[in-house]
Amino acid sequence: MNDETPETAGALKAKPKTSMHFIRTHLREYGILIALIVIMAFFQFMTGGILLKPVNLTNLILQNSYIIIMAVGMLLVIVAGHIDLSVGSVLGFIGALAAVMIVEYDINYVVTAIVCLAAGAAIGAMQGYWIAYFKIPAFIVTLAGMLVFKGLTLWLLAGQSIGPFPKNFQLISSGFIPDLFKAEGINLFSLSLGVLTASILIILSARSRMHQQRIGIVDEPFAFFFAKNAIIAFAIIYLSYLLAAFRGLPNVLIIMAFLISVYTFIASKTTIGRRIYAIGGNEKAAKLSGINTERLTFLTFANMGMLAALAGLVFAARLNTATPKAGFAFELDVIAAVFIGGASMSGGVGTIIGAVVGAFIMGVMNNGMSILGIGIDWQQVIKGLVLLAAVIFDVYNKNKA
Amino acid sequence: MQHADSSGSVMTQAEAPSQQSTSSSGYSGEANSREANSRLGADQDIILEMRHITKSFPGVKALDDVSLKVQRGEIHALVGENGAGKSTLMKVLSGVYPHGKYAGDIVYNGEVLALRGIADSESKGIIIIHQELALVPLLSIAENIFLGNEISSKGIIDWPETNRKTSELLRKVGLSENPESLVSDLGLGKQQLIEIAKALSKEVKLLILDEPTSSLNEKDSDTLLALLTEFKARGISSILISHKLNEISRVADTITVLRDGTLVSTLDCHAQAISEDHIIRDMVGRSLSDRYPPRTPQIGDAVMQVRDWTVHHPLYPDNKVVSGVDLDLRRGEVLGIAGLMGAGRTELAMSLFGRSYGRNISGEVMINGKAVDLGTIRKAIDAGLCYVTEDRKQYGLVLDQSIQRNIPLANLNAVAQFGLIDENRELAVANDYREKINIRCPDVSQQTINLSGGNQQKVVLSKWLFADPEILILDEPTRGIDVGAKYEIYTIIRDLAAAGKSIIVISSEMPELLGICDRLYVMNEGRFVGELSVAEATQEKIMSMIVRASA
Repeated sequence: MNDETPETAGALKAKPKTSMHFIRTHLREYGILIALIVIMAFFQFMTGGILLKPVNLTNLILQNSYIIIMAVGMLLVIVAGHIDLSVGSVLGFIGALAAVMIVEYDINYVVTAIVCLAAGAAIGAMQGYWIAYFKIPAFIVTLAGMLVFKGLTLWLLAGQSIGPFPKNFQLISSGFIPDLFKAEGINLFSLSLGVLTASILIILSARSRMHQQRIGIVDEPFAFFFAKNAIIAFAIIYLSYLLAAFRGLPNVLIIMAFLISVYTFIASKTTIGRRIYAIGGNEKAAKLSGINTERLTFLTFANMGMLAALAGLVFAARLNTATPKAGFAFELDVIAAVFIGGASMSGGVGTIIGAVVGAFIMGVMNNGMSILGIGIDWQQVIKGLVLLAAVIFDVYNKNKA
Repeated sequence: MQHADSSGSVMTQAEAPSQQSTSSSGYSGEANSREANSRLGADQDIILEMRHITKSFPGVKALDDVSLKVQRGEIHALVGENGAGKSTLMKVLSGVYPHGKYAGDIVYNGEVLALRGIADSESKGIIIIHQELALVPLLSIAENIFLGNEISSKGIIDWPETNRKTSELLRKVGLSENPESLVSDLGLGKQQLIEIAKALSKEVKLLILDEPTSSLNEKDSDTLLALLTEFKARGISSILISHKLNEISRVADTITVLRDGTLVSTLDCHAQAISEDHIIRDMVGRSLSDRYPPRTPQIGDAVMQVRDWTVHHPLYPDNKVVSGVDLDLRRGEVLGIAGLMGAGRTELAMSLFGRSYGRNISGEVMINGKAVDLGTIRKAIDAGLCYVTEDRKQYGLVLDQSIQRNIPLANLNAVAQFGLIDENRELAVANDYREKINIRCPDVSQQTINLSGGNQQKVVLSKWLFADPEILILDEPTRGIDVGAKYEIYTIIRDLAAAGKSIIVISSEMPELLGICDRLYVMNEGRFVGELSVAEATQEKIMSMIVRASA
């Protein structure tokens, strides 16, 4: 029984552990990071250094926070093989709900936030119910949701803007973490947090590499490993230094960092995450393997609704008002971010980090082009082309493999 | 070694001039192919000659100096294990790999072909029918047959003419369907015939069939083979790729055997009788003294009893797909379910496995003497049942994902703690099965889409073995995999039975059932119509049970 078929023989040979091979197989993962760095460098140069000015950087993060928060949830939805078009409307609706509760009914903002998150989860669950248990295509259910909640937002606000919010509520978006060290000129605590985060990341990836070495499955050349970690650590420390030079780390950045790490963990390390990827990869096989595909799909949408609600709170707090137009076309930015980040339309493929980087690519382009004074018309054109290029790159890569 | 090398090079030198001369005569014959042909091979009328075809992919030579001659009006069988290069050779012939992407010449009707794509080969009358049929289910028969080749003037389709021609073509392949009925309403056997009718509409001269009967029942297979024989008389040549050696020995005029991308032998079936064992020996490069591993069954107590199991069709609730089935299974037993395609075997298995098929399911299941609820797949797995699907790509594997990720999928909790996956344990499990079941792969991070059929099947099996079932239902466990891998699967089944598992095998290949099972149920039209111990069972007996039940 030791006859090798050509396929397996070929596969055996096709796996030399060279750097070139590694680059080819991991082009996408590095490609997206490199793309972000290149785009940032480009705009940094073109804007004469404005892009990475502490004030602008802080703005960049605040401007994109709600997109990133939703992209995290959308990634799971898309990996599961679905789509959610309603998130922009849900964001607007929850902002309106918060405004009505806080401003008109004077309800405590903590209570409001909890109610709003629950409402978001309920909205997601309602949509997920039809998608998961009645097999109505997500595109249709959430398209309906998009219209319904856009309408309900208008109704709730009676066509008016409602605001302003109390100071404490605004802090979700406009607050910065306090400087416990009280240094002069720079927020030393924020900088230390950045350094700490970078160190933890390095320790974690060194540990996992050491472990891989022990069982002999390392395939990332050391130079890559070193360079990748060095760049990421440097970027985190440098950016937190920049932020520290302004007012420190924004509260919302902490929320984002928390969400990104929790959801990365869920997606890559837990049985739930593993099952979501299996459902997206082959729903029938997953179902026949005893996975409760309906319940997981349902939960994925409920989670998306909750994150859209969180984004709604952040957005309302940032604008300091709830407007009927809030959230308009946000779903498109969120979905674009996820696809730029390497997720596959057919499901089963994609990473949280990819989606976040994808969102930053969109954000940096928005921001950079605005600074350069490029009109909104051409901004849209360029963003559209970048999305198309990223997906073409993906498909091309996949066909070549 | 030295000796073999030098003799090999002598051979090539000796062959080189003759190659020169044949190809030059091929060129000269371009103007008058008939003359060239008669000069080439005395009384033979050769329609196709593939000369010294070599095709490489990065890291592997899929075809190495393969030559093949097909005469006008013959059935030429092409056999070999999966990965032997049969499909690659046919892709070269049909222009999927265009001229220039391979070395060697294709001489067709005395003319050297430089194909740029499938459209080119089709215009020459070379038509390939793939294993996975290329029909659009929701279009009519006529629409399918003339798809891309519509009978129209100024872009407006002439439906009466289309339907008339379709009827004519259908008659030629022995069908009497309405040209306007939808392809999705036809069975697989008829769909296959529609494909052939489509080929006829393009004035086929050389028909290539890739595993045409692999998913057909015996009756449909017979119809198809009879049709090929009929084509012979009309001067249409066929190249038949198949794993079913009995069919090949029945219809083939010439058999070409490939192994690992090289030509092993070309057997002339008229010169001498070719035994199946001979073909197998050439295919696997070793003699398979026995196609089934030897086994001494040790059968214990009853494990599962199914009583009065009835299942209705999910879409047509009046239609009973399984009716009143009683089934008994004992420990350590390999139980076969024989029957034709569509007899309800898969439906029975899937309805037992967590009601994953059908509606209005009624009946009782006892496992180890206790009535069990198999209402969901999870419950069925927990009750010790598993179902290994007949369609591993659609229902068995997450193809984008690695072997390592596929194997624990049915029992993720066993590689996790508090919902947290222990990747070391997962890797260890995957490597363990890779070794035990002999999954051939560079490592377990390989995506399952890149594995051969036999190895994919082993991954699916591993997944279910890791779920530690007591009762395994294997649905067509060796469909579309090669002889060597089949033997390995049989060995796994034997070892599982020896370890006290109980196994139900559903198969359309009767010799396989007779070779590996202890006892057989014969199923037809949703009912068990007979039960035989394997000692008393023969293919004829099984068939007669089916036929009697139908009548």
